[in-house]
Amino acid sequence: MALHKPYTDVPGTIIFDAQQSRKGYWLNQFCMSLMKAENRLRFKADERAYLDEWAMTEEQKQAVLARDLNWCMRTGGNIYFLAKIGATDGLSFQQMAGSMTGMTEEEYRAMMLAGGRSAHGNRVVGEDGDAQAHRQPQGLSARKEGN
Amino acid sequence: MARITASVFTSHVPAIGAALDLGRDQDDYWKPLFKGYEPSKQWMKDNKPDVIFLVYNDHATAFSLDMIPTFAIGTADSFTPADEGWGPRPVPTVVGHPDLASHIAQSVIQQDFDLTIVNKMDVDHGLTVPLSLMCGQPTPEQGWPCPVIPFAVNVVQYPVPSGQRCFNLGRAIRNAIESYDEDLNVHIWGTGGMSHQLQGARAGLINKEWDLNFLDRLIDNPHGLAKMPHIDYVREAGSEGIELVMWLIARGAMSDIDSPAPVPKVAHRFYHVPASNTAVGHLILENQ
Repeated sequence: MALHKPYTDVPGTIIFDAQQSRKGYWLNQFCMSLMKAENRLRFKADERAYLDEWAMTEEQKQAVLARDLNWCMRTGGNIYFLAKIGATDGLSFQQMAGSMTGMTEEEYRAMMLAGGRSAHGNRVVGEDGDAQAHRQPQGLSARKEGN
Repeated sequence: MARITASVFTSHVPAIGAALDLGRDQDDYWKPLFKGYEPSKQWMKDNKPDVIFLVYNDHATAFSLDMIPTFAIGTADSFTPADEGWGPRPVPTVVGHPDLASHIAQSVIQQDFDLTIVNKMDVDHGLTVPLSLMCGQPTPEQGWPCPVIPFAVNVVQYPVPSGQRCFNLGRAIRNAIESYDEDLNVHIWGTGGMSHQLQGARAGLINKEWDLNFLDRLIDNPHGLAKMPHIDYVREAGSEGIELVMWLIARGAMSDIDSPAPVPKVAHRFYHVPASNTAVGHLILENQ
């Protein structure tokens, strides 16, 4: 009997379950290594060489090099692990989270100051909230690029 | 006999620690948040515990994907503030209470909860930010006001424990503490939450109405609240809102749950949006 996973129909959300964890094992362990200052320095000095020390897939390495956190998550990354990459780059959690929406840093910050993103329309895939797939990417910069 | 006199509930956002460490707590952005904790700092001085039992979650800091304990109790003499990638916070080392922690481990495991006993562990913002909010910023030499027993709950990798299991665990922890011979005043803290999502196109989700209802129910109807399934937290309070199950551990340890005591007194209540990506909720409950 298949396991019950009631969390697969939440829009814009990947739940980090044991399956994702297995898939992302080396990606996330690479992230953990950035908790040591000397490893952060080595990574920043030659990112590709540092990534090649880990048994990650080529796609995972490309996702890290591109700093595309949504891509990292699709390949098994978890946000608390991935946050170590952002910390290494000197980013705050708000900058990291905002980068996953398509909004500029200012737009995302303004949304949070205005009370955050509404749950309305964003509870179940198929509704019409701003986190739904058909409304991505969000924000002015995405529209300017014509994406 | 040791006794639990109060429970404290608070969010534990890393940016709050950064704001304090960088001296930005009086900036326009942060001022309203820290103002909400001024009464709490006074309350801590007026109601100083002998030990804090602090329920929090490790954010991929002490526990990598090599091992993920569902419930882990820190039994060490001391716990070092972790380097989470930004460098360690300049806050005091956390002094433990190995004897009470070992007693709780023994008692709670005998009550059928499978705790992992941890003799070496760094502690991240999940533990140190609540201490900063409640105790201010002591220097490393001054130290925190009292020993702390860290209790880490897995809410990072699914499956995470249910609200009901957390609530029942709190009841077992109360039994454990009340069977400790030394006369100690213990606070139990539940941290994390409230609504927030840190990932994907839905990042930034905040649900104030749901959060306020959660606070109401935590006070008045914890038995009912404990029955809420995970998926409701995720849909309504964001993927990282699941941290709120940890508040049920602290609430389950209050004296009205399994004895005819009255509902605890609400000594302080506060709610604020935003702190970085997160809605901040805070309660202090005193046993009557």
